[in-house]
Formats: sequence, structure tokens, C-alpha cells
Amino acid sequence: MFLIKYIKEVFGAIRSLLVGMRLTGYYFTHHKEIITEQYPDNRDTLKLADRFKGEVVMPHDEKNEHRCTGCTACELACPNGTIKVVTKFDITPEGKKKKAIDKLVYHLELCTMCNLCIVACPSDAIVMAPTFEHSVFDRSALTKILNKPDSKIMEGVE
Amino acid sequence: MFEEIGTTSNGDLQINVGPQHPATHGVLHLVLTLNGETIKKVEPHLGYIHRSIEKMCESLSYRQFIYVTSRMDYLSAHMNNHACALCVEKGMQIEVPERAQVIRVIMDELTRIASHELWWGAMAMDIGAFTPFFHSFREREKINEIMEETCGARLTMNYYVPGGLMADLHPDFQKKVKEFIIQFKQRIDEYDQLVTGNIIFQNRMKGVGILSKEDAVSYGCTGPTARGSGLSSDIRKLYPYAVYGKVEFEEILETGCDSFARYMVRIREMKQSIRIIEQLIDQIPEGDFQAKTKAVLKLPKGEFYTRVETARGELGVYIVSEGATTPYRIKFRSPGFSNLSALDSMARGSKLGDLVAMMGTLDLVIPDIDR
Repeated sequence: MFLIKYIKEVFGAIRSLLVGMRLTGYYFTHHKEIITEQYPDNRDTLKLADRFKGEVVMPHDEKNEHRCTGCTACELACPNGTIKVVTKFDITPEGKKKKAIDKLVYHLELCTMCNLCIVACPSDAIVMAPTFEHSVFDRSALTKILNKPDSKIMEGVE
Repeated sequence: MFEEIGTTSNGDLQINVGPQHPATHGVLHLVLTLNGETIKKVEPHLGYIHRSIEKMCESLSYRQFIYVTSRMDYLSAHMNNHACALCVEKGMQIEVPERAQVIRVIMDELTRIASHELWWGAMAMDIGAFTPFFHSFREREKINEIMEETCGARLTMNYYVPGGLMADLHPDFQKKVKEFIIQFKQRIDEYDQLVTGNIIFQNRMKGVGILSKEDAVSYGCTGPTARGSGLSSDIRKLYPYAVYGKVEFEEILETGCDSFARYMVRIREMKQSIRIIEQLIDQIPEGDFQAKTKAVLKLPKGEFYTRVETARGELGVYIVSEGATTPYRIKFRSPGFSNLSALDSMARGSKLGDLVAMMGTLDLVIPDIDR
């Protein structure tokens, strides 16, 4: 009786190994579905999700105008002190003083892509861009000024 | 005369496993006392990845601190955020819309599957099987893609905010989740063929790393670690939150108390998660995804505690508020810390080679233990 049990166990063990080997063999011969991304070579076709949180950018239109009013809501919402808004006063044609942004400084090296500044912005001036190749040789290159030089606020954005 | 380096006075050998060791999955440092090949004592040394998250949270507002908790247990980031959001909602008495609650449960269960997938691959690799790692990552990639589309990130999503969700679902979400469910149901049977039934695997797991029910209670084990010892500890069943009270699912209990029981709990839990998602994916109600909240959240003076079931066990969030915009004190009760403390009683008397298998079944995430 002991011998029969022993032989049964041995055959059961071999069977369990073969079941696993069969599956491995199946995938070895049926490599239809290739899921590996050939990353540096597929840069042209690589498409990330629209909502991918890569870095904060400020979209400008063709007249070099942005939507930022300098309300500092993003600066207050940021948990890491990533954004610093530097404001100035413009003189409007009517001779009134108007608050506008001088610089919107963005420290990419401090950013954790938590999206809280985008949610906080009342005028949709900043968005997340689906980029991820951020490596640079000098850390100071990661500190960016988001508004372009000589850009102005869009008309009608308060 | 002189004690040899690495030996104690009675001739036992002391060796270090970690902090840089491929089987500890992070910077866990274990000091083992060995008599020959038999383990006499396991002493975990913590603190290598301590980032003082609890202290950091004290200087952040109630909206800001949630993103930090994704970095505690990065494999169940959604559940960590859920616990924090629930705690703030409890303090502010915010009613979360039905739609947000349902989406939260679906996201939680997807995260649970992704976490168990990674555990399954890494655990099989600890035992010595390398291929399962790629099988599990193939399915996990699908979940990560779903997350990336809706939440914008693959691991540290920060998708839950007090009062609901940060953004609405992506239009393709339901379609992609249904595709994933069909695919995953076939693949989970392959897991059983590949690893569960394997005789070598079973011999390595059965009867190894015994954690009795009494020990599981006294060490405060939760999650699959406790359920492998027959201890009912599923927060989703015992103290239902979100819409867990309305969906049908089983609490998985195994009575083997050994490594194989803990393994089977997680494999069967993945099937239950699929069952929960199947019930909800067509029933996502229309409506707002976020409740209207005040611009600045101020919790009233008092103490608030909520808990959720993460992939590793019970995560508790305890907030002491003085009525200001920032919490006075935050304490996280993490599942990994209590589960790791049971390792000593599990490993005593067993062989050195089985230690890695035991650690694998505990499903340790070191940033969750250290915080």
C-alpha cells in the first residue's frame, strides 16, 4: 500500500510540473502578443494618455497671450512650494493700475505632479502636459518660467 | 578568548539580511540569530526609509496632505487616499455623491488586484520561479493603463479629494475595465497551473511559517496575513464604508495558518475583487463626481478615526484637530508594521531557506512600515 501511494505521489508531482511547463511552452511558441515597448526607438509613435501628469505648463495662444491673472491660488494650493508667482502692476490705456504676472516660476525638481494647482486655478491658465523626459545636466535648468517673454493676459479673463 | 565576529557568546551565528538584499524588496534590515541553519531569532531593524510623513502632514492643509499618503504604501495608493478622504469627510460631515463612492470602490478593487499581482510575481521570484513575474506584470500593466487614462498617473494617483474625486471618469473607462475582466478571468487560471499546483512550490509553502490564530490576534495582524490564520479581519465586511455594504462578496478565510494558506487567501481575494467590479461596473450612477465643499477646509475640534482595508490589511487614519486649517496630529496605523512584527514568531525554529518564503507571504512594503 505504501508503495502504491508513493508511486502515485511521484506521478502527481511530475504531472504538476508538466502542466506548468506546457503553459510556458505555449507562450514560448505563441508569441503573437508582444507587449514590450521598444522605448527609445518608438518615440515617434509613443502616445501617452491625455491626462498624464508630466509637468505644469501654461498654454499661450498665437498672439502670445495666456490666461493667468496672478491670483496665486496655485501657489497656495501647492504642498511643496513648487510654484512662485511674481506679480507686477501694468498701466492700462485708461491710466489705471492693473495687477498682472511678471513671472510664474515653476520648480520641476520639487513637483510631485499631484494636480492640486490645476484644480485650484480659477481661470484654467495652467495645465498638465504629457511629457516625461525631464533629465538635464544641471539642476538649475529644472527651474522654469512658465509665461513666455512679453506675453500678456488674454482679453476677457478676470 | 575572543568572540568571533558575528557570533554571540554561546556560539550562535548572527547574520544580517539587508538592508540591501534582493529578497527584502526594499530597505528592510533583518538581524538573524542562527544555530546552524535553524533560526533562533529574527530582529527587524527599521528606519532606513523613514520620511516622517506623519510630521509632514501636520504642516499641510486637509486637501494637501492626501497626496503624501500615496507614498506610504505605493502599491495601494488609492486605498491610502481613500482612508484620508474618509477621515476628512467624517470630520467635515461631507456627503459624498453616490457616483464618487461607486467609482472609489471600483478603483480600490482594481488597485487591490494590481497589488496582489505584483505580490504574486515577486513572491514566486523569491521562491525561485522567474517567469511568473512577467505573467503577472503583463496583467498589471493593463490596470496601470486604465489608471493612467483616468487618474493621470500609474502609481501615485492622488485621485481622491475630500468630497469626491478630482476628475470624472475617462469615457473609455468602462469598456477597458470590461475587457480587462474577461482577460483576467482566463489568466488567473493560468496562475494556478503555473504556480499553485506545482509540487516544488507546495513543498516550500505547506507547513512553513506557522502563525497561529492566537499569535495573529496578539501581534495585531490584519488583512490576508490574519485571514490565512482564520482570523476574520476584513474591514470591508466588518465596518463597511463607501458602497461595500451593498455589494456581494465573500470574506476569504483559510485555516491552514501556514504560508500556503496566506498565498491562497490572496489568490482567492483577486477573484472576489473581480466579482465586486463586475457588480458595479454597469451600475455607476449618473450625477456629480464631487460634493460642493468650502474653499478652505477646517475640521472642528476633536478626534477622528477611520479605517479601510488596503491590499495588505487595515489602514487606520487618526486625526486630532484643534479647529485650524492644518491637523494638530496625524497618526497612521499601517498594516505592514504589525504584520512584520509577527515574522519573529513565524520564523523561530524553521530553516534559513524558508525565511524568504515567509517574508514573501507577508507582502511587505517597506515605505508602509517606516512611513
